Amino acid sequence: MGQPVQRVEDQRFLRGGGRYLDDVAAGPGTLHAAVLRSPHAHARVVDIDVSGVLDVPGVHAVYTYDDLTGPMAEPLPVLIPHPALTHGRTQYVLARDEVNHVGEAIAIVVAEDRYLAEDAVDRIVVDYEVLPAVVGIDAARAAECLVHEDVPGNVGARLEQTVGDATAAIAAAPHRLELDLEIERSACMPLEGRGTVARWDPDAGRLVLWTSTQSSTGVRAAVAAKLGLDIGHVDVITPDVGGGFGVKIVHPWPEELLVPMAARALGRPVKFVEDRREHFVSSAHERGQVQHVEVGFDDDGRLLGLDVEFWHDHGAYTPYGLIVPIITSTQLLGPYKPGAYRVVFESLFTNTVIVTPYRGAGRPQGCFAMERTMDAIAEYLGRDRAEVRAANFIAPHEFPYDHGLIFQDGRALEYDSGDYPASLEKLRKLIGWDEFAAFRRECAAQGRTVGIGLACYVEGTGVGPYEGAHVHVETTGKVKVATGLTTQGQGHETAFAQIVADELGVPFADVEVVTGDTRRMPYAVGTFASRAAVMSGSAIVKAARRTKEKALRLAAEALEASVEDLEIVEGVVGVRGTDRSVPLGTLSVLSNPLRYAFDEASKAATQFSVGDSEAPPVAEGEEPGLEGKDFYSPVHATFASGMHAAIVETDPATAEIRILRYAVVHDCGHLINPMVVEGQIHGGVAQGIGGALYERMAYDEGGQLLNASFMDFLMPYVTEIPDGIEIDHLETPSPLNPLGIKGAGEAGVIPVSAVIAAAVEDAEGIPIRAMPISPSDLHTLREDHRS
Amino acid sequence: MSETLHEIRLRVNGIEHELRVPARRLLSDALRGELGMTGTHVGCEHGVCGACTILVDGEPGRSCLMLAVAAQDHEITTVEGLAEPDGTLSPVQQAFAECHGLQCGFCTPGFLTTVTAGLRRDPCPTHERARDMIAGNLCRCTGYQNIVRAVERAATIGTERAATLTTERAATVGTERNATIDTERAATISTERAAALADRGSGVSS
Amino acid sequence: MKPAPFDYVRPDRLADAVAALATPESKVLAGGQSLIPLLSMRLAAPSVLVDINGLPGLDAITVTGDGVRVGALARHTAMLESAEVARVQPLVPMALAHVAHATIRNRGTTVGSLVHADAAAEMPVVLALLGGSLDVEGSSGRRTIGAAELFTGPMESAVGPDEVAVSAFFPALRPGAGVAFDEIARRHGDYALVGAAALVEGERVRVGYLSVSDVPTVVDLTGVAPDDRADAALERLDPAGDIHATAAYRRTLVRVLTDRVVTAAIDDARGAGR
Repeated sequence: MGQPVQRVEDQRFLRGGGRYLDDVAAGPGTLHAAVLRSPHAHARVVDIDVSGVLDVPGVHAVYTYDDLTGPMAEPLPVLIPHPALTHGRTQYVLARDEVNHVGEAIAIVVAEDRYLAEDAVDRIVVDYEVLPAVVGIDAARAAECLVHEDVPGNVGARLEQTVGDATAAIAAAPHRLELDLEIERSACMPLEGRGTVARWDPDAGRLVLWTSTQSSTGVRAAVAAKLGLDIGHVDVITPDVGGGFGVKIVHPWPEELLVPMAARALGRPVKFVEDRREHFVSSAHERGQVQHVEVGFDDDGRLLGLDVEFWHDHGAYTPYGLIVPIITSTQLLGPYKPGAYRVVFESLFTNTVIVTPYRGAGRPQGCFAMERTMDAIAEYLGRDRAEVRAANFIAPHEFPYDHGLIFQDGRALEYDSGDYPASLEKLRKLIGWDEFAAFRRECAAQGRTVGIGLACYVEGTGVGPYEGAHVHVETTGKVKVATGLTTQGQGHETAFAQIVADELGVPFADVEVVTGDTRRMPYAVGTFASRAAVMSGSAIVKAARRTKEKALRLAAEALEASVEDLEIVEGVVGVRGTDRSVPLGTLSVLSNPLRYAFDEASKAATQFSVGDSEAPPVAEGEEPGLEGKDFYSPVHATFASGMHAAIVETDPATAEIRILRYAVVHDCGHLINPMVVEGQIHGGVAQGIGGALYERMAYDEGGQLLNASFMDFLMPYVTEIPDGIEIDHLETPSPLNPLGIKGAGEAGVIPVSAVIAAAVEDAEGIPIRAMPISPSDLHTLREDHRS
Repeated sequence: MSETLHEIRLRVNGIEHELRVPARRLLSDALRGELGMTGTHVGCEHGVCGACTILVDGEPGRSCLMLAVAAQDHEITTVEGLAEPDGTLSPVQQAFAECHGLQCGFCTPGFLTTVTAGLRRDPCPTHERARDMIAGNLCRCTGYQNIVRAVERAATIGTERAATLTTERAATVGTERNATIDTERAATISTERAAALADRGSGVSS
Repeated sequence: MKPAPFDYVRPDRLADAVAALATPESKVLAGGQSLIPLLSMRLAAPSVLVDINGLPGLDAITVTGDGVRVGALARHTAMLESAEVARVQPLVPMALAHVAHATIRNRGTTVGSLVHADAAAEMPVVLALLGGSLDVEGSSGRRTIGAAELFTGPMESAVGPDEVAVSAFFPALRPGAGVAFDEIARRHGDYALVGAAALVEGERVRVGYLSVSDVPTVVDLTGVAPDDRADAALERLDPAGDIHATAAYRRTLVRVLTDRVVTAAIDDARGAGR
C-alpha cells in the first residue's frame, strides 16, 4: 500500500499481447456483424426490404425487428427505475416502427467478414416517413414537436428536492444574484469502441460472451433474460478494455443481445466491433444541460439560500434512468453549505443519441453551476474568490455532514470526511494565488492578457450496492484473486495485488488478479462512480483477511503453535522467535484432504499421511481449500474532494486560449498506488480540458451529427494539453472502509470547465456563462461585449 | 460474383508471410486478421488517432491508411517486433512501463512505434522535441504527461544501453551498429536543414 | 468503415497507368492519406484503383536554380527534410510543417495534395502563390497546368479523369524576395481555420489564403497601405462559418494573419538581402 509499484498489466500491453475485444478469436469460423443504422433523427419505418441481401456471397443472415421473438421483441430494460421517471422510454433491440435518433439500429447482417457485412448493409432498402426532429434543450422545452407521441412536453422526468425554504431565504437575503448557464454535449470517446463476440457451445449448452463492458454481471443477467437462458448457462468474460469512461456501463446494447442470438442460431461464433462513426451515433453522450441559478447571500458571500433549476437533455431514450441529473442536483453543492436549498430538474427527450454517465457523470455540470455562482458572488461583493469559497466550506469538525438530500444511490447525501480549508490552502500555494496580481501586471506590461481561476468539488465515490472478492492460495503458493467488476486501464491488476500482498504477507509477484469474468466471480455490480478501489479493494481486503485467518488456523495446527504467535512473511507462516515455519503453498495442500495424490507435494494431504483419524478430515464449519471469499457493502458512498486552479492566457488578436499552468489538490483518502492515482488525475484533467476548450457534439437542426469523426470532434493531442499538471495530495481517510480510501477515477475531470471559465472570465473581464469555449466563441463574446 | 483475391507477400518483423486478400483489405486488418498480429489496434480507421501506427521501412505510417496489396515492397514493423530478440523490452517499452505511460493500453502500440522511430532520428530530444514526437497520436487515458516523460526516459535508457554495448564491443572488433549510422545521418540532415532555414531567416511559422 | 470492393492494378509503366485510367470511375492511388479514409467511409467508391507506387522515377525531387520539381511519389517528409528545397524555395518547408502530422507526411505526397485540391490544405495555396505548375500525363500526352488554371472548384482540379499527375514545379524564390507562412488551427496538425502565405518581391506583395474560399485564393496587395491590406484581401475572400468558427471570426483571423505574414515576408526579404 502506498507504493508507486510498476503495473503488471503493462508487460502484455507493451508487447502487443493485450487481448482486447477485437483480438478475441472465439474459435474458427467466426462471423462478423454490421448494423444498418437510421440516417434520420426521427422517422417512421414504413418498410424494410432485405431481399437483396441474402444472395450476396458470404452473407449468412440478416435480422430485423420482425425476426425477434419473446423478450427480444420487447423494449430494452430501464436499468435504473426511479419514481420520478414517469415517462421513461427505451429502444427496441432493432427498431420496430420508429427511429428516434440518427444511428439507431434497424437491421443486423452477419457475414464472413466485416467488409462483406457492410456491403450487405448497403443493399438493405428502408422506406422512411421522415418526422420533425427535436434537437437541443430549447426545442425539447418548446415541445412544438414530440420525440415520443405519448410523452407530453418531451418531459421524461421532473424531480425536486428541498432543504428548508430556499425561496424565502433568498428573498430575505441582503444580496441576490441570478445566473443562466449552459454546458454542451460531449462524450467519453474511448479509443476502443463497443464490441461483443459470442460463441454458443451446443455440446455443453452454454453461451460464452466476451464484451467490452464495465459490467460483466449486468450483461450476463440481461443476455440470459432476453435470450431465455438460465443465467448459469451464460458466461461473460471482459477482455482487456480499451477505455470506458462511463459509456461501457450501459448494457445491454442491442448488439450485446443480437450477437449471441445470431451465434446460437447460426452455430458459429459471431463478432460485432463498432467502428468510430458508429460510436459517435450509436453509443452514448453526456453533459448537455441548461441551468438557472438564484442565490441569496450575506456580506461575506455566505450562502443563505440557493435555488437551482435545470434542464437535462437525455437524448432519445432513458436506459440509465435519472442518474446523471440526480448527481448534478446533489453534487453541485460541492464542499459548501448552501443554506436553504431547492433544486428541480426536468429530464428531456430529444432526437439525439442517448445520454448516460461520462466520467464525472453530471458533476462537471453541477460544479460549473456552483463555482460560477461563487465567482459571481465574489465579483458582486468585490471580494477574493478563494475567500468567498472558504466562507462557505463545511468545517473539518462538522463531519459526518448530512445535506438532507437523497443521493444517486437512493441513500442519504452524507459526507464522511474531508478537510476543505487545508485543500484550499495547499491550492493557493501550489498555483501562487496570492502572487498572481504581480504576474498579471508583469504580463500586462508586455501586452499579454492572463487570468486565474479555481474551482472546488466533492465527489461521492464508491457507491453500493456491493462488490465481492475471492482469494485463493494455490498449492504452489501463488495467490489467485478474482473480483467481478471490470477494468478499463485503471491498473486494478496491480493495485489489488498490492492490497493482497500486504494483507496476506505474500510477494507481490505471486499475486494474480482477474476482473470481470463471471466464471470467477459471478456476484458483482460494475465499474462506475469511482468505485473500484473502494468497493473491490475493500472486498479484497476482507477476503484476504479470511484467507489469512484460515492459513493461520491451519498453520497453528501444523506447527503446534497458537495463532497469536504466528506471522506471515514472504508467503511463509512462521512462529515468532523460532525457526518453525510452513509455506502457504503447503498449507494449501493440507487444507484439501486428498484420496489421490497427483504430485510429490500432494502426497502430504492423502489419507494415510495426515490427520487425526478420529476427526472428520474437513473440520466442522470449515471448507476444503485455502481460500476466502467476502463482500463489501457500505451503508453509503464515501466522499472524495479536490480543488483545481489554472492560469490562462488569451490572445488579444486571435482569441486563442492557452493554459499556462494547471494545479490540482486532490484528496481521495489513503493512496494505494500514488503513481496510478496521479495517472488518473492527469487523464481526467486532459478530458476536462477537452470538454472545456475543444469537444462538443455539433448537431444540426435536423439531428445530423456534423462532427462524427476524429477530424472534427477535437480530442486533444499532447499539443493541446499543458506541459505539466501540478499535483498535491491531501489524505483524509474515509472512516467507512478498511483501507480508509476514496475513489479517484473521475475526479480529474469534474472542475475543469468551471476552472477554465473562471480563468478566461478573469482574463477577459467578460462573464463566461457557457462551456465549452472555442476561440471563435470568445471572439463572439468580445464582439457582443463591445457593442 | 466474388471478389478477386490477390496473392501477396508481406514482410513483417523480419518474417515473410504469404496471404490472399481482396484489394480493399486494409493493411491494419490484414495484420490483425490474416496474420493474427493483434498488437496493432484500430481506433478510428480514418488516420487521425494513430493507434494503428506501424513502421514502414522504419518510418511511422498509419496501417489503416494503407492497403495490404500496396504494402508488399516494404519492411513492416509492428509492436510485436519492438522487443529485443531475447525478449527484453526495448528502451521505449521499458520507459513506458517505468513512467506509467499507458493506462488502458489501446493507443500504446501506436505510441511505441512512433517513438521508436522518433528516437532513431533524434536520440536525445529536447523536451519540446519529445512532445512534438508524439503530437500525432491520441491518448484518452493519460493526459500525455507520463508519455512525454517516457519519451525522455527512453532516450536515457537508449543511451545507457548503447554505451554498455559500445563498451562491450570495444573489446572485440565489430562493425558500427546501424542505429549509430542512422543517428549520424539524422543529425546531418537536421543540421543541414536548420542551416538552410537559418540562411533564409526564419519564417513566422517555424 | 470498410471500403467497398474495387479492382486494383499496379502498373510499372506510366503508359499502362494511363491506359488503366481509361476505365470509368478509376482513381489514382499515390500516398493514400486522403483517399483511403474516403474509401473506408464509402464516400468514394472507385471501380479500379490505379496504384502508381510501382512507377519508376516518380519519387525524385529535383532542385535547380529555377525551382523545385517534385515527382508524384515524393513524400511530404522528403520535401520537408530537403535542405536544397529549403534553400531554393523556403516557403515549401514552411508550409509543409503545417501539413497534418509527421506520420501522415511520411506517406502523403505533395503532388497528391495538389491534385486533391482542398482549399483548406496548405500546398495548393503555396503552388498558387508561387505561380507553380503541375505536369500531367494522359491518353493525349503530357501537358502542364499552371496553378492559376489548376484549382477549378471545391476539391476539384483541372486534372482529367484519365490523367496522372507526374510532377509539380515550385518556382525558386528570387533574390531579394521574402516569404512567410502562418495558420491558425483548432488543434496542432488540424486543417487551418485560416492560413496565409505571403510572397514579397520588391514592391510586389501577394498573399495566398486557405480555408476562406472555395479554392486556394491569391490576393495581390501590391501598393496597398499596410493598414488597408486586410480589407483589400477580404474583398476577394468569402470566409464561411462552420462548426469550428464563425465567418466573423475567420475574417478577424484573415486580418491577423495578413499582417503577420506580410510583415514576416518583408522581414524575410530584408534578411535575405544581407
